[in-house]
Amino acid sequence: MNKKTILTVLSVVLLFLFLWYGDGHLSTYAMRIWEEVGIFLMLAASYNLINGVTGQFSLEPNGFVAIGAYVTAILILTPAQKEAMFIITPMVPWLQNLHMSFFPALIIGGLVTAFVGFLLGFPVFRVRGDYLAIVTLGFGLTIRVVSNNTVPITNGALGLKGLPTYTTIWWCWGWAVFAMIVIMRMVNSEFGRAMKAVRDDEDAAIAMGINTFWIKMTAFITAAFFEGVGGGLLASLITIISPTMFTFFLTFELLIIIVVGGLGSMTGTALATIVVIWGSEILRVVEQPMDIFGLHIPGIPGMRMVVFSVLLILIMIFAREGIMGQKEFSWDSLFNFFKKNKVAQK
Amino acid sequence: MDLTTILQQLVNGISLGSLYGLVAIGYTMVYGVIRLINFAHGDIMMVGMYFAVTGIVAMFLPWWAAFLLSMVATALLGVLVDRLAYKPLRNASRISALITAIGVSFFLENLFLVVFGGVPKAFPVPSVFGGVINVNGVIFPNIAIITPIIAIAFLLILLFILHKTKYGMAMRALSFDMETVRIMGVNVDMIISIVFAIGSFLAAVGGIFWAMRYPAINPLIGIMPGLKAFAAAVLGGIGSVMGAAVGGFVIGLSEILIVALFPPLAGYKDAFAFLFLIFVLLFKPTGIMGEDLERGRF
Repeated sequence: MNKKTILTVLSVVLLFLFLWYGDGHLSTYAMRIWEEVGIFLMLAASYNLINGVTGQFSLEPNGFVAIGAYVTAILILTPAQKEAMFIITPMVPWLQNLHMSFFPALIIGGLVTAFVGFLLGFPVFRVRGDYLAIVTLGFGLTIRVVSNNTVPITNGALGLKGLPTYTTIWWCWGWAVFAMIVIMRMVNSEFGRAMKAVRDDEDAAIAMGINTFWIKMTAFITAAFFEGVGGGLLASLITIISPTMFTFFLTFELLIIIVVGGLGSMTGTALATIVVIWGSEILRVVEQPMDIFGLHIPGIPGMRMVVFSVLLILIMIFAREGIMGQKEFSWDSLFNFFKKNKVAQK
Repeated sequence: MDLTTILQQLVNGISLGSLYGLVAIGYTMVYGVIRLINFAHGDIMMVGMYFAVTGIVAMFLPWWAAFLLSMVATALLGVLVDRLAYKPLRNASRISALITAIGVSFFLENLFLVVFGGVPKAFPVPSVFGGVINVNGVIFPNIAIITPIIAIAFLLILLFILHKTKYGMAMRALSFDMETVRIMGVNVDMIISIVFAIGSFLAAVGGIFWAMRYPAINPLIGIMPGLKAFAAAVLGGIGSVMGAAVGGFVIGLSEILIVALFPPLAGYKDAFAFLFLIFVLLFKPTGIMGEDLERGRF
């Protein structure tokens, strides 16, 4: 084990120490936001694997998160709860009697989502570029239509409520750290180099003998798995899901995160998740009535979204690279930074 | 099902299809010229509806003046969006431009939510468009007859502009090679602005007729028709104006007919366009009229 690995492990330990301290000392509101940061970190990192690292512009997260949420929710509800909830049409019997604990439910949620991603990948990766964006956007809407109409499985527009609250800060950050490790290792592997080659020049990648179709599929399916798990965590955190919950806004938020962090940079994504999630909490100020120098400004509900979208456009026009660009934070660069400073002081 | 019902459904489908076609033309033209899926196009259609309502309700204009004003104002908005948001990114990667387009789409939706609120507004339908025609016992709403006529008229005008005028020639040339066209001394930015103006103008026409068909509008109303129109543009072969119109008719007709023939599927009607899209991508990625995905030819 070299010095850098020890440093990485140490910082992860430090992170969990902070969370452990926060669990006892910070307000429940603050801890709730930190839980959200954990889940969104996992979602954003896997989203960045497709959009930033592989360069395939996709808008799938809300659809995949919805699938993961529904699968997990159906699995962790008890048969009695389901019977009480499905008042319009009774649930499909074999699904009603299916019941398991949280961890296997999350895994199955992830696997089902990954399988859907596998099926969806076939048509869209046959053509290049922009089609992926529209098809995945339409896919998210289709998921909403389907979950609205398959009443014996999803309870239709009534949604599923009273989900057991298994999600804790440890589940969120445990998965977030696990996802980060898997995705970072993937990016630094043979696969990751192939993905970057696809992003930078697909024709050259093909010429080098890379099977670009399966490289894109690998990225897409990996992301789908983690997005499904994230959906399960969100479902158990919010304890209620309905077809209208996972709208395009979720995708939009993740898109802002990965753009702010830098498309293709996982450490940038981690930083940006904290900045954007906490920033959007702070931005709630603009929706509340304010008194500035005796001037009364009434709260404008919905203003936050307008600010969000203007920010995204401005970032794209003026600061396309985001915080980190395509670079990653590494201990070497940190050491070099300090060394340079020392030399400068002498 | 008797003949009367089938006839009514056909007219219904054709009129819905011509609306999709009108909106799809905007997608296809912008894509043909600058290779950008203009995500905000559906929202520009929504803006057209609100401009028309504002003209009639708040400015007390006669309906034709309000409609005309709305179309012109929407065309200007399209140009403005291009100049402010897309033009700075002309030389950036296509992903950057796409993300900006999503930002614009979200901005328009939320701005109108803040200004007009989320409660659906009634669209005042002028009495000319309100009545019905009774042909031998088959009842057609006026609007269902007028919409396709208007749509085809605009399509013919557009085809004339594209193929018989200098500006049209410049637009078609742009879709092959922007740099060469620039070298030939054409004001490329102006031509792109004209393309955005035409696309947004037609989106406003589509929006106004959409609003008269379903006279309750809200700021999120443009999303679904926008997406389906995009599906229509891909189905027809993106980059081809005729293809967009044909794709629109196909999607509109099949949506109506599937629901008419298989009523239990009615709940899934919004998903059909995407099934179409996926099948097109699987079996004929160039669409009905398109020749090559990477080169538009109108």
